[in-house]
Amino acid sequence: MKDIISGLNKAFDSRIRLGIMSILLVNDFYDFNNLKEALDVTDGNLASHLKALEEKNLIQVNKQFIGRKPNTSYSITQEGSMLFRQHIDALENLIKNK
Amino acid sequence: MDSNYSSSEDLKTIRKMMEESTRFLSLSGLSGIFAGIFAIAGAAIAWFLILERGAVSFEKSLLFTEDAALSSAGWLLIIDAITILVAALIISVWLSVRKAGSSGANIWAPVSKRLMINLLIPLATGGLLSIILLAKGFPGLLIPCLLIFYGLALVNAAKFTLNEVFYLGLAEIATGLVAACFPGFWIFFWVTGFGLLHIIYGVILFRKYES
Repeated sequence: MKDIISGLNKAFDSRIRLGIMSILLVNDFYDFNNLKEALDVTDGNLASHLKALEEKNLIQVNKQFIGRKPNTSYSITQEGSMLFRQHIDALENLIKNK
Repeated sequence: MDSNYSSSEDLKTIRKMMEESTRFLSLSGLSGIFAGIFAIAGAAIAWFLILERGAVSFEKSLLFTEDAALSSAGWLLIIDAITILVAALIISVWLSVRKAGSSGANIWAPVSKRLMINLLIPLATGGLLSIILLAKGFPGLLIPCLLIFYGLALVNAAKFTLNEVFYLGLAEIATGLVAACFPGFWIFFWVTGFGLLHIIYGVILFRKYES
């Protein structure tokens, strides 16, 4: 999963995934529609990235009902938080060492 | 070279998403300036038209009589204050929506709700306390109370928006506390707290983010 030389994590190898992880790192949870608005992406595109991050156990899905409407929100897992922080450090090191 | 370029771009994306999802950045400096102008206009109307340059006392006109009636000057003062408040609110919401629209930000993001809740709890408390103070016959404490609770609301909400709001809040609290020490000078503190401070804050914001 990790690029040994740079320390970069392939799981975050997309602007949309970076966006999702950044938002979830600083917010306790964020729902699908708000993520969509914030990242300005289509339903399908967002769903596939969320699915990929979920399968790697980097984020978790919380389904609940608000009144009668189903609401899907996402939060970062402990592992996701740790790995994403490492990814940010790796990005910063890359720039510093240039 | 290429990977370095993309890693700095990645960091920019990360920073941008973190900031936009935790801070409401669509505040316009112009709304501060307008709020200040409205407040000064409201004070002028109160002083020159309603209170006839001090011929009618501010405190006495806001005292309820024994049969729970309020003088017409008292009602006019309340209507005057509510009108400038509503006008300032409408124009700041409108300017924020406009600014959010031009920067592509979403005005109804979760952070907007958090900002509103954190602003409204101290603000509504201050509003209710003001009504209680009026009803119990302490009109002299009205302006200090409004200034202090407004300042507390801004300090409380500042962590969800621009940092300048925090300092505006501190200045409002200080103005309110000083106003409490000088009960006769309500018009001076109304103009300073709701007028001048808003205009100064608005100009600072406008020069920093919009020019």
